[in-house]
Amino acid sequence: MTVARFWRENSSRYNLVGVKCGNCGKVFFPPRTICPECRRLSIGKMEPYKLRGEGEVFTFSIVHDAPSQLELQKPYIMAIIEMTEGVRITAQIIDCDPAEVHIGMKVRATMRKIREEGASGIIHYGYKFIPVTK
Amino acid sequence: MDVGIVSYGAYIPRYRITPQEIGRVWGTDGEAMSRNLFIISKSVPSPDEDVVTIAVEAARNMMKRSTVDPAEIGSLYVGSESHPYAVKPTGTIVAEAIEAAPDLTAADFEFACKAGTAAIQCCMGMVGSGMIKYGVAIGADTSQGAPGDALEFSASAGGAAYLIGRDKLIAKINKTCSYTTDTPDFWRREGAHYPSHGGRFTGEPAYFKHVTSAAKKLMEEMGTTPGDYDFAVFHQPNGKFPVRVAKQLGFTEEQINAGLLTPFIGNTYSGAVPLGLASVLDIAKPDQRIFVVAYGSGAGSDAFDITVTPAIRKFRKEAAPSVRDLVENKKFLDYASYAKVRGKIRMKEASQ
Repeated sequence: MTVARFWRENSSRYNLVGVKCGNCGKVFFPPRTICPECRRLSIGKMEPYKLRGEGEVFTFSIVHDAPSQLELQKPYIMAIIEMTEGVRITAQIIDCDPAEVHIGMKVRATMRKIREEGASGIIHYGYKFIPVTK
Repeated sequence: MDVGIVSYGAYIPRYRITPQEIGRVWGTDGEAMSRNLFIISKSVPSPDEDVVTIAVEAARNMMKRSTVDPAEIGSLYVGSESHPYAVKPTGTIVAEAIEAAPDLTAADFEFACKAGTAAIQCCMGMVGSGMIKYGVAIGADTSQGAPGDALEFSASAGGAAYLIGRDKLIAKINKTCSYTTDTPDFWRREGAHYPSHGGRFTGEPAYFKHVTSAAKKLMEEMGTTPGDYDFAVFHQPNGKFPVRVAKQLGFTEEQINAGLLTPFIGNTYSGAVPLGLASVLDIAKPDQRIFVVAYGSGAGSDAFDITVTPAIRKFRKEAAPSVRDLVENKKFLDYASYAKVRGKIRMKEASQ
């Protein structure tokens, strides 16, 4: 992944900024340039929309065979989170024992290191989710 | 013109390790280290946490409690001795993450354990002069001690963020002053992974001299005595130094207990005094007065005289976790897991 490609997505990765279709009101994340339902009617009407960062686990998987970047975190939890706005996001769940994660668990977004481009390369930050404790 | 704290937020990673567990591995009497340093456990960051993520979490907690529009923030300074980049500011990432960018100035500060309070002073100057409306000052660290070194028993991770302004103050900063000399008690050279220190030299000529000098200077300028304050927060490299310095200055244990976190989370370096003050603000009532002295090796102390305002009654503290919540949310690690998550084990270079 190049520095510029990641940088372009900073607002989405840091602050969960998606888009809302000005025609039908549906929210999308990551951002899209047109609404797949309204098509040409949505052109020029897709507005930035910040998600609240709250949702619940729709489904999950425990990853035991980790890529090298996540070797120190295995076994780790990858989940599809259904956000309160209805949109679904794939993300890692952290600060949670794999035995404790369950479908319907309330989670909220936080910012963590996603990956590093080697010891001297850029560090990429982005959203992960933690259980809501209270 | 009044200048002070508009909001604050804290963050402490949830992993912990005990001195007994560290001592078990290195053949040191962990029980004695725990007793001598007065440290029961220290916080440990996850492999995906660093000063950026800690500063972001603290700053977001600060913003959750405030009604200030992030676009009104004119400066953002992050004080740390463990910034993830040698060149590339932590502050720009934090500014983007709280949506304060692009119309602000930002920079990273370094002054051992007092970089966070130096950032508060800088924001006070800019706010007080009218250059900016609000400034953000953050102290955060993920410090490391060399394996087996005495520092390994205390060096931990955490941070707190402060929104400094002129209006909506929950606490007014009545006065700040500093005491600074060239005293090489602790240092880390460029490129060195672990810091070095002067052993016992870090005590009397360093910590105690600077903290007491700044404290006495502040009380002299304010015409106050220790009895005038409800709370006192001193830099806490271990649990023992702040207790001893408080006694030397004439403060009681009751005055320092609320801001004394090192026994439970270790020395969070630049985060230590900001977190201690946050812990006091969590329970402070209107008109209570807080005495704060930070210390940074190298060496210097920043002292603050703070009065809590009636606005703290309506302050939305519950919008973010209290310091006590963060201290209590913990999971203990054994040394092997600690060594793994802190990058103390040499791994094969990760493929791209």
